[in-house]
Amino acid sequence: MLELSEQEIAALLLSLKIAGWSTLLSCPLAIIIGWWLARYEFFGKALVDGLVHLPLVLPPIVPGYLLLLCFGHNGFIGKWLYQSFGVSLAFNWKGAVLASMVMALPLIVRSVRLSITAIDRGLENAARTLGASPVRVFFTITLPLAAPGILVGAVLGFSRSLGEFGATITFVGNIEGETRTLPLAIYTATQVPGGDGPAARLVILSVLLALLALIISDLLNRKLYRNAGR
Amino acid sequence: MLDIDVKLNHGSFQLHAQFQSSHLVTGLFGPSGAGKSSVLNLIAGLLTPQQGHIIVDGTPLFDSRQDINLPAHRRRIGLVFQDARLFPHLSVRHNLLYGYHLLKPDQRQIHLDTVVELLEIGHLLGQSVQKLSGGEKQRVGLGRALLTSPRLLLLDEPLAALDERLKQQILPFLLKTRDELRLPMLYVSHALAEIHYLTDSVAFLDKGQIVSAQ
Repeated sequence: MLELSEQEIAALLLSLKIAGWSTLLSCPLAIIIGWWLARYEFFGKALVDGLVHLPLVLPPIVPGYLLLLCFGHNGFIGKWLYQSFGVSLAFNWKGAVLASMVMALPLIVRSVRLSITAIDRGLENAARTLGASPVRVFFTITLPLAAPGILVGAVLGFSRSLGEFGATITFVGNIEGETRTLPLAIYTATQVPGGDGPAARLVILSVLLALLALIISDLLNRKLYRNAGR
Repeated sequence: MLDIDVKLNHGSFQLHAQFQSSHLVTGLFGPSGAGKSSVLNLIAGLLTPQQGHIIVDGTPLFDSRQDINLPAHRRRIGLVFQDARLFPHLSVRHNLLYGYHLLKPDQRQIHLDTVVELLEIGHLLGQSVQKLSGGEKQRVGLGRALLTSPRLLLLDEPLAALDERLKQQILPFLLKTRDELRLPMLYVSHALAEIHYLTDSVAFLDKGQIVSAQ
């Protein structure tokens, strides 16, 4: 039943590629921001917190349009990137990665922040008295103890990236083989007569993919929690 | 051996601790909330006093006049906590060796074999720390601190969380640590009997002030 056409396989692989890169690049950023928000009080913290979480509550077309304004060919960052490094993000898959990152980041930051807040600072202090520098404490105590939360965030972010539609279509369009991910392919299929069959296949594929991601996260999480013995 | 004179203002809590000791083991006694743990945190570098000095074995760890304030990880002060604070993601062996591995080889004066034998924890090495009993956790916590070859070992009510039977089991280990390793210790407790078991030198702390020292 699930015999996919070449275009559908291309959409699937493109989705995985974009979601993969998006998660990979978002995680380090989310760990830094989450840790910063969890551990420090600073002027403008509410603003930073709000900005990070904004994509979660805005209609996705808004961040998409803002990305287009900033990173488009005539946007102030886009122009600089192109002139300095020859890098262009608008209307290609790298732009889709950026759009996915913006939309997935708040989910990962939330998860990281919660898990870092839950860590007993006493353990970090104990590590300091044992001779560990602050950087070492972070990598040998904080990060491993926050790992289950980071992992949950990563899976949520990955799933969010797989499902990304509004910001993507606004910022990088719907170009076959370049930015037409699964959701965009479903949308395209529903726009043409006789597209119900392909749309149904892609919908089933999306459901399976999402289920798979959840199951993997659950398994990894159980394993991590068992290792941490909690 | 130990020369402390520190002032700390922590909101409404004011601490002024001043005492010297040339004994191998010094007791710090006082009721709950007197600031005993704060004194230990100040010596370990987890808290920073507003002014004063902390000198251990002739080495200034903190001196507000000379602008000296060694960060906690460079002080080489061992701290044994009431709640052990073992790292839950590491095995007993890796907990024990956490600080040992961070020492330069020539700084390692106390080795795993010695500690394992002293504290009788050889059978626990491969275990996860969650499976340990309270008394075992405390022994591993003590061993972990010993393995950093500290210039001073601080013990923050290490027996308070244990029942009477376990206390009687751990005390001999502390005695052995004192006699076999000859490591200077500052032992904090609200149980005077525990302190007298290890030393005759006691400083009394009440409401953030050293009331008397002998």
